Amino acid sequence: MHALVAEGLRKTFGKTRALSGFDLAVKEGTICGLLGPNGSGKTTAIRIMATLLRADGGTATVAGFDVTRKPGQVRRRIGLTGQEAAVDEILTGRENLEMWGLLYHIGKKRAKIRAGELLEQFALTEAADRRVKHYSGGMRRRLDLATTLILAPKVLFLDEPTTGLDPRNRNEVWSAIRSLVDGGTTVLMTTQYLDEADRLADRIAVLAALPGEGGRIIAEDSPDRLKAMIGGDQIDLVVRDESTLDTAAKAIGRISAAEVEVNTDERRLNAPARDRIGVLTQVLRELDDLGVEVEDVALRRPTLDEVFLRLTGRHIPGEEAS
Amino acid sequence: MTTFDEASPSLGSHLYWAIRDGWTITTRGLVHWIRNPAVAIGGLLYPIVMVALFGLVLGSAMTVEGGGDYAEFLMPGMFAQAMANGVMATMAMISSDASRGVTDRFRTMPMSQTGVVLGRSFADMINSVLELIILLGCGLAIGWTWHGTWGAALSAVGLLLLLRFAMIWVGIYLGLFLKPEAAGAAWMVLMPITMLANTFVSPEQLPGWLAPIAEWNPLSATVAASRELFGNPGVVGGSWPADNALLLAIVWPLVAFAVFLPLCARKYRRLSR
Repeated sequence: MHALVAEGLRKTFGKTRALSGFDLAVKEGTICGLLGPNGSGKTTAIRIMATLLRADGGTATVAGFDVTRKPGQVRRRIGLTGQEAAVDEILTGRENLEMWGLLYHIGKKRAKIRAGELLEQFALTEAADRRVKHYSGGMRRRLDLATTLILAPKVLFLDEPTTGLDPRNRNEVWSAIRSLVDGGTTVLMTTQYLDEADRLADRIAVLAALPGEGGRIIAEDSPDRLKAMIGGDQIDLVVRDESTLDTAAKAIGRISAAEVEVNTDERRLNAPARDRIGVLTQVLRELDDLGVEVEDVALRRPTLDEVFLRLTGRHIPGEEAS
Repeated sequence: MTTFDEASPSLGSHLYWAIRDGWTITTRGLVHWIRNPAVAIGGLLYPIVMVALFGLVLGSAMTVEGGGDYAEFLMPGMFAQAMANGVMATMAMISSDASRGVTDRFRTMPMSQTGVVLGRSFADMINSVLELIILLGCGLAIGWTWHGTWGAALSAVGLLLLLRFAMIWVGIYLGLFLKPEAAGAAWMVLMPITMLANTFVSPEQLPGWLAPIAEWNPLSATVAASRELFGNPGVVGGSWPADNALLLAIVWPLVAFAVFLPLCARKYRRLSR
């Protein structure tokens, strides 16, 4: 059963095409990561499905109801967390949850009980009676998430839930999201980081807007298959001496059987590492034999730009330099 | 989970939730006001400083056309200006909610969407009533008073609040358009508009081309009408708007309300930021 189905969604703002034919289906009780750069239409897609924007064409069904024809029914079954924590700074965490509870029409008594439960669930009990103004970024996000869960939504939309958070706060938010899905919620989250989608999502959909067009899904698969499609993780290596750059590039190219990106200024080499450690050890051994001194080496997830390059054959517009 | 019947909520339940949700939002507004006294005090300080500046410092040099005490002439202008400036508070709050996703949250919730704006206007009206009471007190302290009946004085207060009520809808509309920084800078536009009226001097004393603008300024209508009702000096006829100040003081705010209410509803539904 699908909790969310979008078919051929189109949206234009003035002369700018935001979406041209957005199709997506998300199974109940799963997390779908919507990965795309700025301007690819991620937020527009989310806003249409959360009843905030009307599409110019196409249909979207969320939790069994059409978003244009039954927005009221959809609203009773969804939660939305935008890029900013939509909580009241002047109120305390508890007052926020109680106020939003009242506005969800669950009654004063239940609003109080629910606020207590959610504060507990999101580890905010201690800070419950402090004003949100004094909360950290991660605490705000958690409170924001808690708010969207007052009615236990069937579908939750998270628009870049960890943007601007430090790694510790990011981890807090991630574990909060995971615990939601354990409770049966379906999550559609947007992100600019493959790493984030990889850690959280059951499926990843890559959204891209080609020049002159609006965003559409260009790939959709499980994280593992998607990573395999784009050549797995990346090996990132810096050599000590610029003169050894060519030798190193040839060796790495042979081992990874893929094209090596060379950044001469930084003496940096970059290539896919399909089986991670295997490639890493082989590369290091080979370079050692060749007498190439290595200054730094790391394995990492491909950046969004690299994902793009592999899937579309071009860089993200405006990021050619990076 | 409870199942709801969306089919068509009756008008009664629609109204019930509009008021219930409106009250929840009002409470929020009042809590803000209490916890952020700096903002409220700042808002009050401005008219008090203006009263001190114009009433005490410049007052001695000012002459009131047709004779009379300048403080008596000035105060109704100050009351009306404070009501008009209230648009800033409404705008700031609406704009900050819109930019921080709070408005989006309201819009994705099954709550009454009418309640959102209703609550805002309740809260702002309660603030304004208190603000006006304090200003009336300041006026009495510097020698202003009303000379007519209680009924006339209360009618003047009613007209002032009517102006504020109209400004709420102007503020909501502009707040939905403007970013918080722009909303904060709006006083630069607002100040000349509120000054270019009969607030501080009577329009006859202005250059010829400015006089009609000041005369037709909606604020002038409320100022002139409240001077008339309070029995304060400065009521001079001669032009159509000045002769029909009372009528205009009712018509202008109602026109603004009638124009901006549907605009707000439309903009709110179509928010696409």
